[in-house]
Amino acid sequence: MGKKIKITVNGQPVEVEKGTSILDAANQIGVIIPTLCYHKDLCVAGNCRVCIVEVVGQKRLAPACATPCEDGMDVLTNTHKVRNSRKHIIELLLSEHNADCTSCYKNGNCELQLLASEYKIMSQDFIHLVPFRNYTIDDFSPSIIKDDSKCIRCQRCVRTCAELQSVNALTMAHKGEYAMITTFFEKSMNDVICTNCGQCVNHCPTGALVEKNYIEEVWSAISDKDKYVVIQTAPAVRVGLGEELGFDPGSRSTGKMVAALKRLGFDSVMDTDFTADLTIMEEGTELLTRLKKALAENDKTVKFPMTTSCSPGWIKFIEHLYPEYLDNLSSCKSPQQMFGALVKTYYAKARKLDPAKIVSVSVMPCTAKKFEAARPEMHDSGYRDVDYVLTTRELAIMIKQAGIDFKKLEDMHFDRLMGESTGAGVIFGATGGVMEAALRTAYELVTGREVPFDNLDITPVRGMEGVREAKIKIEKPLKEWAFLDGVELKCAVAHGLTNVKYVMDKVRAGKVDYHFIEFMACPGGCLGGGGQPIPTNPEIRQRRAEAIYAEDAGMPVRKSHENPEIIKIYKDFLGHPLSEVSHHLLHTKYTARNM
Amino acid sequence: MSTSHILKRADFIFKNENDWEEVLTKSLARTPNELINELISSELKGRGGAGFPTGLKWKLTSELKSDEKYVICNADEGEPGTFKDREILSRVPFKVLTAIAICGYVIGAKKGYIYLRGEYFFLQQELKKAISEFEFFCKEIKYDFKINIFMGSGAYICGEETALFESMEGKRGEPRNKPPYPTTYGYMGKPTVINNVETLSHTYTIFSYGSKRFYDLGVQFSRGTKLFSVSGDTPKPGIYELELGMSLTDFVEEFGDDDTKAVQVGGAAGFLVPRKKFAETSIGYEGKLVGISLPTGGSMMLFNSSRSMFNVLDNYLNFFAEESCGQCTPCRVGCQQLLKGIKAVKRGEKPASYLDKLLSLAETMQLTAKCGLGQSVANSFSSIVENFREEMIY
Repeated sequence: MGKKIKITVNGQPVEVEKGTSILDAANQIGVIIPTLCYHKDLCVAGNCRVCIVEVVGQKRLAPACATPCEDGMDVLTNTHKVRNSRKHIIELLLSEHNADCTSCYKNGNCELQLLASEYKIMSQDFIHLVPFRNYTIDDFSPSIIKDDSKCIRCQRCVRTCAELQSVNALTMAHKGEYAMITTFFEKSMNDVICTNCGQCVNHCPTGALVEKNYIEEVWSAISDKDKYVVIQTAPAVRVGLGEELGFDPGSRSTGKMVAALKRLGFDSVMDTDFTADLTIMEEGTELLTRLKKALAENDKTVKFPMTTSCSPGWIKFIEHLYPEYLDNLSSCKSPQQMFGALVKTYYAKARKLDPAKIVSVSVMPCTAKKFEAARPEMHDSGYRDVDYVLTTRELAIMIKQAGIDFKKLEDMHFDRLMGESTGAGVIFGATGGVMEAALRTAYELVTGREVPFDNLDITPVRGMEGVREAKIKIEKPLKEWAFLDGVELKCAVAHGLTNVKYVMDKVRAGKVDYHFIEFMACPGGCLGGGGQPIPTNPEIRQRRAEAIYAEDAGMPVRKSHENPEIIKIYKDFLGHPLSEVSHHLLHTKYTARNM
Repeated sequence: MSTSHILKRADFIFKNENDWEEVLTKSLARTPNELINELISSELKGRGGAGFPTGLKWKLTSELKSDEKYVICNADEGEPGTFKDREILSRVPFKVLTAIAICGYVIGAKKGYIYLRGEYFFLQQELKKAISEFEFFCKEIKYDFKINIFMGSGAYICGEETALFESMEGKRGEPRNKPPYPTTYGYMGKPTVINNVETLSHTYTIFSYGSKRFYDLGVQFSRGTKLFSVSGDTPKPGIYELELGMSLTDFVEEFGDDDTKAVQVGGAAGFLVPRKKFAETSIGYEGKLVGISLPTGGSMMLFNSSRSMFNVLDNYLNFFAEESCGQCTPCRVGCQQLLKGIKAVKRGEKPASYLDKLLSLAETMQLTAKCGLGQSVANSFSSIVENFREEMIY
């Protein structure tokens, strides 16, 4: 704990710890200082200068975000000098920004627009700079659209890509008037190391980085009488969607979401949680099979640690950066893609539908899922398994467009066959959730007993710490798993690609001997995904995580292998985990990518 | 109001450097505190343009505990119209090397770096030779100190000390937020003294002759001598060592061509002084009691009546718009607005009153830009627009 110091902000005294920024000190006593390049997830840049304040006795104005308080400091946030300068800065930003607000995807959710509105920038005296530049829009990626004409060079995306994600696909290039945020050799986002995680989209204050939206395509499919439109909803969507529709962060809106989707006109509304449970069955069995081969059969070719494969951001990351570990990846497809493959096979058969007429839509907290759905690997049903991927934000837009008063909706249930889920499926939406769900099932498969944790809550793998480890000792296993007796299963969980990289570098250096690792590309796991409502910050992620675990706790069934629809699909269609049908539809293989 | 100090030539910097071994040995025999006090009593201020007291800089760095500290010689001489540092490095390199080593001794650093401007590539070989001779002597007297050259790549902004560190660390040359200052958090996050080539050469003079000799030159608040890079409409362009405190009238009398309209003091980042203000202007650091005192990194550009001040300003602004690192809003966009703005006024696309909006913008840039580059654009902009407004319009 640092030393306490006293400062005054607009005459009001405030006591803070040494090292606290003027911005945080002011916030403590209810003085709001506008910011733009500042973001709670990121290091302080002090670039935009919107947060400048007057420190009495200093010649120049100080950026509140980047200036630490000093004892006795006298700060003024609303003087003529500050207002005048701030207004200039906002005007300057607007002069280099393509302020075509009414035709911008971010209209209504743009921080620059909000500032312009607060400061009532009624006329633009400065010369508009956009026409002097030859901007092009990069829309080659199936996930992300980058429009440099709307960029204000705050570098939030650059810091996100470097600090949170260690991807460094986006960087600052050139200088002065030509300074811009771009990729390696100014290639398209589709042709560089970008993992499509969408964290840049989630952190961009303007419309310079947005998801590629498929709203019109989905509307067309819905209104096409000839098409049968199925939608699946990812676990994290239900704890985020409410934020876009008038609820506080951390509100659960599963039932309302289902009701809204039915009103939108989807022919069937089902749950990705179902295939999350299925993933557990397949991936859990895969893990146990690997352990069996390694321990009982002494097979040296078996790769450990085995890692999860649900997060498409992580998949592209490993393809680029750790291709020699592709065999460590679970061969399971992500729940979205398992669902897609089954909808046009199992579901179509059961409902007597022509798979060619099924349009498979998913709503995801994720932009990388759009890329994943477009992968050539993902056509095992004989068709494109998932036709359109919507983000949580896009779904909220559709709900608003349809004139649905979300708050007034009565809760409804998912449709049958692939709509039943368990608490284990739900927690896929939070970091550590896949691990916890897998352990609940695998431990029980091996020992015949429930995991030795109160109320099935495997707390060591929960939380927001970047990297977490857990060990579970297997005691008195069932006869067929006798070789696992006394084995300590070593697991790790990492979320945010910077943490993922930290763990993978340790794996590469041979410094760790985990059996199983859960990797999620986004901070907090899917609930902090690139397709979730903006803003996303540590507090909001925490609230969403609480909602996820509350949802789990409230489920009648909380273990994947007890999901009645899972039992049914194995009986009627798949046979058993890792069966031939499973292998064909639910598993895949990825290949190395060049840098 | 005219100043009483007339122009006095001096010759310290380029005087022979053959006594460098003696100066080094003599200095290393003294305590760091003695050396710091010597510098403090000389009242030497940084010659790069900002004028921070050199003794204080060394003292602050010496007081910090750290496993590693650095001395960096800023030889990224990029200010338009400045060409003295390359001359020092090519004519008296051992003075600079000696000063770097003494600074290392004072603050407790084992490594020194010369950040050499990319365009000064031609100096590298000779400098390397000098360094190996210098290091050989250090070894002989059992003083463990190493000096390396780091080549810049041509960006003006990398002369800004924190951008220079970023550049040395292999990153994009962008200024950092201050505080923390280099004395506590410099190169590689370690306490660092960064001094201009000329500043270091003056410390050599001080350690060689004692602080009094230096202090007795110049005027109050601006002690000692300074190298001036004289260019423009002058019959005798070149580098001159002069005492600080001279008036611009005397300067122009010496260097002008009898038709001097204005003098740009301190390069593009400095101030333009029109003829009518020569008498009240002297060259030195802030704190002068009467008249205007202008600091300079040494650039003195003379303009005669054949010059269009609009073209001069247009040239500066083009330079700034290109050389801004592009990081902070006021500098990145402000420079473009000033540049496009004066052109628009000249072409009649904006009313003359738009110049007032631009002057107010320049003031905002001065108040809010992240580093010295953006903050000082207003110097030349305002002094040119205010003094030569009609040339901007017609």
